[in-house]
Amino acid sequence: MTLLLEMREITKEFPGVKALDRVNLSVRKGEIHAICGENGAGKSTLMKVLSGVYPAGSYDGEIHYDGALAQFRTLRDSEDRGIVIIHQELALVPQLSIAENIFLGNERQTGGVIQWQETFRRTEELLAKVGLRDAPGTLVDSIGVGKQQLVEIAKALSKDVKLLILDEPTAALQENDSRKLLDLMLELKAQGVTCIIISHKLNEVRYVADTVTVIRDGMAVSRLDAAQGLEEDQIVRDMVGRDMSQRYPDRPRHAGETVLEVADWNVWHPEHAERQVIHDISFNVRAGEVVGIAGLMGSGRTELAMSIFGQSWGRGISGEVRLHGQPVDVSKVDRAIKSGLAYVTEDRKTLGLILDETIRFNTTLAHLDGVSARGVLNEAEETEVAERYRRALATRTPSVMQEVGNLSGGNQQKVVLAKWLFTSPEVLILDEPTRGIDVGAKYEIYSIINDLSAQGKAVVMISSEMPELLGMCDRIYVMNEGAFVGELSAAEASQERIMSLIVSE
Amino acid sequence: MTMHTAEGTGQAEPQGLRSYLRRHMREYGLLFALIAIMAFFQVVTGGTLLRPVNITNLFLQNSYIIIMALGMLIVIVSGNIDLSVGSVLGFIGAFAAVMVVEWDMPISVTIFASLVLGGLIGAAQGYWVAYWAIPSFIVTLAGMLVFRGASLLLLQGQSVGPFPAEFQLLSTGFVPDILPREATAGLAELFGVRNFNVLAMGLGVIVATVIVWLGLRERARDKAYGIEGEPINFFWVRNIIVLGALLFLSYKIATFRGLPNVLVTMGVLIIIYAFVTQKTVIGRRIYALGGNRKAAKLSGIKTERLTFLAFVNMGVLAALAGLVFAARLNTATPKAGFGMELDVIAAVFIGGASMSGGSGKIVGAVVGAFIMGVMNNGMSIMGIGIDYQQMIKGLVLLAAVIFDVYNRQKQG
Repeated sequence: MTLLLEMREITKEFPGVKALDRVNLSVRKGEIHAICGENGAGKSTLMKVLSGVYPAGSYDGEIHYDGALAQFRTLRDSEDRGIVIIHQELALVPQLSIAENIFLGNERQTGGVIQWQETFRRTEELLAKVGLRDAPGTLVDSIGVGKQQLVEIAKALSKDVKLLILDEPTAALQENDSRKLLDLMLELKAQGVTCIIISHKLNEVRYVADTVTVIRDGMAVSRLDAAQGLEEDQIVRDMVGRDMSQRYPDRPRHAGETVLEVADWNVWHPEHAERQVIHDISFNVRAGEVVGIAGLMGSGRTELAMSIFGQSWGRGISGEVRLHGQPVDVSKVDRAIKSGLAYVTEDRKTLGLILDETIRFNTTLAHLDGVSARGVLNEAEETEVAERYRRALATRTPSVMQEVGNLSGGNQQKVVLAKWLFTSPEVLILDEPTRGIDVGAKYEIYSIINDLSAQGKAVVMISSEMPELLGMCDRIYVMNEGAFVGELSAAEASQERIMSLIVSE
Repeated sequence: MTMHTAEGTGQAEPQGLRSYLRRHMREYGLLFALIAIMAFFQVVTGGTLLRPVNITNLFLQNSYIIIMALGMLIVIVSGNIDLSVGSVLGFIGAFAAVMVVEWDMPISVTIFASLVLGGLIGAAQGYWVAYWAIPSFIVTLAGMLVFRGASLLLLQGQSVGPFPAEFQLLSTGFVPDILPREATAGLAELFGVRNFNVLAMGLGVIVATVIVWLGLRERARDKAYGIEGEPINFFWVRNIIVLGALLFLSYKIATFRGLPNVLVTMGVLIIIYAFVTQKTVIGRRIYALGGNRKAAKLSGIKTERLTFLAFVNMGVLAALAGLVFAARLNTATPKAGFGMELDVIAAVFIGGASMSGGSGKIVGAVVGAFIMGVMNNGMSIMGIGIDYQQMIKGLVLLAAVIFDVYNRQKQG
């Protein structure tokens, strides 16, 4: 097969750091090419070089595309040649309809007047291609993330895409939505569209990719061909540069007395008062235990956690929370924290951290009383605390005075963990603790969780990645449509059993 | 985008003077801008700007802007805005005038009642912003109209005054010197001036010494934790400039009539607010609230109450400014404070606060207010018309913010 894209010896330097070091990437026409690598390895930089975000001349090396030397100066240049990138963070306007979004910046018009009929007709065609049955006039706001992703792809198709680049397309998707998306990629491939997919999820890479290029520390370290079989372990080894035979660290399992009990928990939707979101949930967690909550997105896992944590979500909340058998007041966030609860949010950037502030600022934020006397902060003590957690969690940063916005996902997550550890909680609720962070950092986060349970903390872990729950938890509650539909011990649990509990309801 | 340049290493942040300067361009830029503007007007006004009487005037003229800028900084850091402060200033001035002049109430009672009323006004606006999540722009825009109307109503469209002499002391009084006139006569002769106020000079020296001492202490602490702070030569250059300016100003003030009462009030407030915003739990929480309200709330911070308090505080400070302003004019007029909210907001933004909340410093806001003040004063001395003055001030505000954004982009 002929090559569609060949990037030769690409080197891109930023002041003080070489982001890409003589990277070669060749993509054949009509294939799905996966790029794997840890966060910060240089995948996104490589794609920015390709798409003209970093204009020709600002990097060394050559790009050959579609049989000619390409020198893109802007994103527009590359789009005109049929290269479309779909980013992790979707670039749709929520208040506009699907049709308006698809043709945004590329409107069907005559003399500045939008041709609505033409727009809607074309949109319907495109939606059919990506397997969406929603009306073109539906507001993007009102469809889920999975469908939004498909709208993005429809938008790309509207531009006669030749090379479609998907940057972690399934990071925010549920298992079945992810599958749909991957199947769509295979279908597009059958229609002759070439795809590059950037992903952390190796099972997905194995499912769709024809070729895999692994990037580590700004260098392309290996190129694997699906025809010769793709071994996940091989990819992981190349990504992290060491053997990762074990993806989940071992932990001695010994559960102590019951720490957290939640009884008859009911929650209604904050805006639609008649909609009950959480139905009669009761569960418990013992000291030293890691308890998982499995369920599809929208099953109410985050709503459950947030309603318990200071009633941060929902209204009409009823039920009881007991710690060590004693009912506790968790009606406000500060009371929940005082009672010994901590909640690591699912979305660290918008709910967990103050990105413009330093690691020190974020570390002490939930427990300022611990670094102050009579309302006056002791900055020396603050620094000491932040340093202590930086060392304990091995957060990689030049100093605790670094802004957290500059850190990678894994290190940001460590700062969030540090913030909650400093409140000395008895119960930690972790909502998607490893979302969007790379394999190496995941392992470290797992180790931290194990350390916490070894110290006798009760840990609740919410995750969309079932292997993670299976690898980490002592028990797993299965949640569906706002209720618990089953409880499995580590020995009983498997992906199949969890799924069958979800679908049998 | 998952690529971050600081990933895992320290090499992404090249150390050194130039990079340090680039990252802190804003703070140094502000200081140098003030100095440059002062130097410029000193030259073009033929030395009038820095004459003792004019320096004293500068403080008197800008005191109410600065007092309000302290509260406005907190409101803006918390992610809000208050457009009503000019009207509130006028309304409280009118209220005080009616109380003192028409009802013959004692001054102390009037001051107390005015400050309480200011707090209530702040509470009435803050309530809607904090607990009903109504945008502060709208609530305070309404407040601006309401209190402008209320002062017209209170004054029946007339000016009310004059105030008794003791009330005027709020603004135009001077703190008596600690030494009698005869004792300082020698000093005055030594410097070749008519009189020399030991208190003003002494206080200047003390404040300057404390600033350097605190700075050195902070550096020593940072060093103990291995925190890379300001390069030492920058520290000294900055401190010498600040010291020089302080000593120079205290000397000038000492050779005029000494410390104006309002300067003392203002100075004490600046110190208190700088301390509260930088060194206390409540200050920290306000920055967290403005930086990311949701994350702050999920960290156990009572975001609604903090927002409410920020507005109460603003109301009290606007009331205090209203008293000072009325005392200075010696009369309450229906037009008092008209458009002043914009000067206050401009001062805070020139001082480096961000529109989206979460950043900005008290010292910045004060310097910002002085930049505006010096320009007002200098241009008036030069006899530039109000038309050009407004245009120039507008452009300076725009330039300051563009400079800000430009710097941030270069860093990013």
